[in-house]
Amino acid sequence: MTEPKKSEIILKGIPASPGIAKGSVYLFRKHEPTVEERILETEEVERELSRLEQSIARSKKELRKIYDFAEKKLGNNQAKILEAQLLILDDAIIFDTVFERVRKEKKNAEYIVQDEIGKYHRLMVAARDEYTRERANDLEDVRNRILRNLQEQRLVSKFEGANIVVGQNLSAADTLILSRNEVLAFATEIGGATSHSVILARAMQIPTVVGLPHVAGKAHDGDTMILDGYSGMVVINPSEGTVRRYERKLKEYKDFEKQLSTLRHLPAETLDGHRVQLAANIELAEELEFVKMQGADGVGLYRSEVLLLGKEVFPSEHEQVQQYKVFAEALYPKQVIIRTFDIGGDKLMMQAVSEKNPFLGWRGIRVMLDKEDLFLDQLRAILRASTRKNVAVMFPMVSSIKEVRNAKKFLEEAKSQLKAKDVLFDDKIKVGVMVEVPSAAVIAEDLAQEVDFLSIGTNDLIQYLLAVDRSNEIVSSLYQEFHPAVVRFLRRIIERGKKGEVWVGMCGEMAGDPLATMLLLGLGLDEFSVVPTMLPEIKKIIRSVHYTEAKHVADKVLAMQTEDEIKTYLLRIMKEKFPDIPTG
Amino acid sequence: MVEQEVTIKNKMGLHTRPAASIVKLAAKYKADFFIEKDGLEINGKSIIGVMTLAAEQGSTMLLRFTGDDEEEASKAMVDLFDRGFDEEM
Repeated sequence: MTEPKKSEIILKGIPASPGIAKGSVYLFRKHEPTVEERILETEEVERELSRLEQSIARSKKELRKIYDFAEKKLGNNQAKILEAQLLILDDAIIFDTVFERVRKEKKNAEYIVQDEIGKYHRLMVAARDEYTRERANDLEDVRNRILRNLQEQRLVSKFEGANIVVGQNLSAADTLILSRNEVLAFATEIGGATSHSVILARAMQIPTVVGLPHVAGKAHDGDTMILDGYSGMVVINPSEGTVRRYERKLKEYKDFEKQLSTLRHLPAETLDGHRVQLAANIELAEELEFVKMQGADGVGLYRSEVLLLGKEVFPSEHEQVQQYKVFAEALYPKQVIIRTFDIGGDKLMMQAVSEKNPFLGWRGIRVMLDKEDLFLDQLRAILRASTRKNVAVMFPMVSSIKEVRNAKKFLEEAKSQLKAKDVLFDDKIKVGVMVEVPSAAVIAEDLAQEVDFLSIGTNDLIQYLLAVDRSNEIVSSLYQEFHPAVVRFLRRIIERGKKGEVWVGMCGEMAGDPLATMLLLGLGLDEFSVVPTMLPEIKKIIRSVHYTEAKHVADKVLAMQTEDEIKTYLLRIMKEKFPDIPTG
Repeated sequence: MVEQEVTIKNKMGLHTRPAASIVKLAAKYKADFFIEKDGLEINGKSIIGVMTLAAEQGSTMLLRFTGDDEEEASKAMVDLFDRGFDEEM
């Protein structure tokens, strides 16, 4: 009997860590213990107690090992995310109660552990603040670890050979344990592009795609999988044709990279001498080497909120200065634009904020203007890192002139605080705002009077302009980067900004989309800030076209009425001019 | 029995590090130690218990000590809360 041929399944997720991988699937199953209540015979009690004791001891040992591994591999800061679990396991009061209850109630240890820890777990889950809910996850992890050890089941986190790890959701601890094996890639159902496990995967340079609908149900152990961490595409049981296509794509990427390396030290300049800035969006110090190697014109967006990931407290002014200086020093004399914390209210630890509509709520500059101390801490830190005059500050989610003026007042306040202490900084530090709310786009000319530069954040701008939440599957197809309204809006922002004599850049995803490069160039964009992996492709396009030609493309696109029309046109131009650049 | 009302003073509230400090300090005394907040009473010597309190800056709670060294325990604990757990306030 021959096995029926498995059919190919294609899934689209969110690209979280770049790279292409092909390999067999290792399905990571979380242990979900089933616990039954059992009455013990009196003579069983002692044995039950020693079983419990051993399980707790074993759990501590396991966790310690993961902690040490994380510390060795990624440093003390990343390892700290496991600290709460270690503390929980050391809670003598709770575990004494558990022992006591086994003795008195004469019930099996699994049941008592489940029941006693469950009481606290329910309280934590019900808490309104994010911080306590996160601790609920920690508590649950600890409970499951003890239960697993009681049931003498080993955590299966080891596998033979190299595999693509597929799971519903991976915690930071899971990601760490699994990475002791040879992991080709991670594919998960849950998780955003900036979750802690994704940051870890990126630091370890493991290609990752998250937000894949039902991937853990659709893929089976041993299935062949292709994962594209650039586009977010995942193929289970690929047909021979698909395999060939991906192998070709992989080779193309490699060849192309080789070819691009010659461009590294050449400026991002069109054939007719129109120079633009090509900078990188960056989150981790680990990315700096690559960014420098690619000859980027500095950093157009440093997402400072990554400093908060996995942390329970806001980093102090001192800690922030250290971090910002790493970037400023490494890239000197090129500029580093630091965006102040772009967080939603829910990310402020210990703040019980629950909003009906967080995207229209307390986020970005709105939060920082309300959290005066945190804002001043950060502004002082940014200023202190600016001594070599290559640091700029940028405010996110601005929707009115008043906010910009207020933010600037804070900056002045931070400056005078530093002056009072004779601390050196760049008094003429450049200030910019992100244009990502339609109201900011409409008043671009006024904003330009207040600041030194504008940087367009396309992801939010498109979502707000088109009233589409692109993470909402039902309407995500309405999220259109090339919607005529988007293109016309971009032209408006760029024109009005330039009229106000400031430069206009873009740090949204669109800036790194090769299909958009000619159009943006033609619209007059001064700066492209892109994910580091896209630097070579975008530079190649810029260096291969004439500015006049790009302007012609932009004019044509501006007259079009549908996204389809625009995309078809741009794709055709790309295919003609750059057959070797992978689009989509 | 000694009862004392305290306020969370540090900016970041009662997160893991302060919770650990509370439990560590409480362990130094024989007196039983309970914390009451919003009708919930937990054992102040249990970190899991303290973690469930979800207390942000400005929130208040009642500390209750019972035992031989209740006075000293209470004094030391109130001091720890007043110092904002030695964090930024």
